[in-house]
Amino acid sequence: MLDADFFRRWMTATAASVEREAQRLTALDSPIGDADHGSNLQRGFIAVVNVLEKDAPDTPGAVLQLAGRQLISTVGGASGPLYGTLLRRTGKALGDASEVSGEQFTDALRAGVDAVMALGGAAPGDKTMIDALVPAVDALSDSFTAAAAAAEEGAAATIPLQARKGRASYLGERSIGHQDPGATSSSLLIGALVEASGE
Amino acid sequence: MKMLINVAETVVADALRGMAAAHPDLTVDVENRVIVRRDAPLAGKVGLVSGGGSGHEPLHGGFVGPGMLSAACPGEVFTSPVPDQMLRAAAAVNSGAGVLFIVKNYTGDVLNFDMAAELAEDEGIQIAKVLVNDDVAVTDSLYTAGRRGTGATLFVEKIAGAAAEEGAPLERVESLARQVNENSRSFGVALSACTTPAKGSPTFDLPPGELELGVGIHGEPGRERRAMMTSREIADFSVHAILEDMNPRNPVLLLVNGMGATPLLELYGFSAEVQRVLGERGIPVARTLVGNYVTSLDMAGASVTLCQVDEELLRLWDAPVKTPGLRWGV
Repeated sequence: MLDADFFRRWMTATAASVEREAQRLTALDSPIGDADHGSNLQRGFIAVVNVLEKDAPDTPGAVLQLAGRQLISTVGGASGPLYGTLLRRTGKALGDASEVSGEQFTDALRAGVDAVMALGGAAPGDKTMIDALVPAVDALSDSFTAAAAAAEEGAAATIPLQARKGRASYLGERSIGHQDPGATSSSLLIGALVEASGE
Repeated sequence: MKMLINVAETVVADALRGMAAAHPDLTVDVENRVIVRRDAPLAGKVGLVSGGGSGHEPLHGGFVGPGMLSAACPGEVFTSPVPDQMLRAAAAVNSGAGVLFIVKNYTGDVLNFDMAAELAEDEGIQIAKVLVNDDVAVTDSLYTAGRRGTGATLFVEKIAGAAAEEGAPLERVESLARQVNENSRSFGVALSACTTPAKGSPTFDLPPGELELGVGIHGEPGRERRAMMTSREIADFSVHAILEDMNPRNPVLLLVNGMGATPLLELYGFSAEVQRVLGERGIPVARTLVGNYVTSLDMAGASVTLCQVDEELLRLWDAPVKTPGLRWGV
């Protein structure tokens, strides 16, 4: 079973991972976006860690909803509402249970990913964060490690795709050959589950 | 790259402190990043709120004041502001007559303003939204995020602002804003890439002997890259790109906008060439504005925006305006 502490560790591990990879995210965002993905997410997850230290919600759902609200309030750009919605809706779907099963978490994360697709209008294959998140959710019932590997593969699989959403879509064919920064940061988020669980 | 800054993290806050000191007619909330005209809210007046990433100055904070915006929310450099800023701005300017959000068509701006509109409506503030999407360089299809909002934002903010100043109700201000957007088209050209403070190096690679035709205001690539052209050739290309998409039967407002690093000497020369092409095509120019209004940090280059106007839109364009970036008739 997963408790509130697990979800706090997940957010802390994500913040550390984003911090380590911020320059790489910004470098990926430079040729097809506007070179700020790393610094924006870094600002957001620092704020998430700070608010979770001050205010320690005692259910998994409340931890993720608070984290999501904090991202919306601090990140800006498209990443703020998209990542904020992902965590908020996942948290909402977890309800107010004090512990959740792996299966409940999988269902909740799927609800969160669906909400992101509805908000941004992106589908798999559009070269967005969805390309990492959908395979991750599909693999989550096996293990966190499997989900992390699936997310990483999904992010790498965006390289040959042509972007259809967001700023990279303006490049048309010139977006081909670059790994999507949003899919990459999503694979960091999923990868942090492994650290949080000690798998 | 040399920049007149302290550190990248405080660039926006430092600029806002400077704005506050230079423009006592504005209330500048540096911490929460909201710029409001000092006399807001005005009884019975519709509030106009716009915002977007910083780096496009004077857009949008420089267009706050009588006859134009009621408030503006600057985000980080090239990053949209967050819903909290827009909500704060809407609350500060709402007199009960409602608030119009003027949103440029970028995924981040659209999502954050949508969230802010929901939050504001929860607080009992009536919100209307207009999306600015005037850039003909972008293919508007299912496979792109749609046309970008660029120079027409200035026309929308000025004309809707004049109507609101006269006391027009929200519905009327919104429909005028929409009408201005529908009648406006833009095309931009970059002679050099811009450099964001956070990255410290040019955001794209443009060799010295080439230019990017159809560039966006964040350095997004355009239609094609060519060997450097003359001002005359660039004017022909830009105006023709716009006229492929619109066929003005009325006079137009003309904005010849600098991207930030092109001197007025060049912009006026380019404006003359744009006027020449329009003349050859039989399109009368009612008013011309030349200068740096919707910029992209230190990018060299220019954009052309045309807005087809009737008598009413022209009258509202000519109405008095008193802001840091645009000022006449007062």
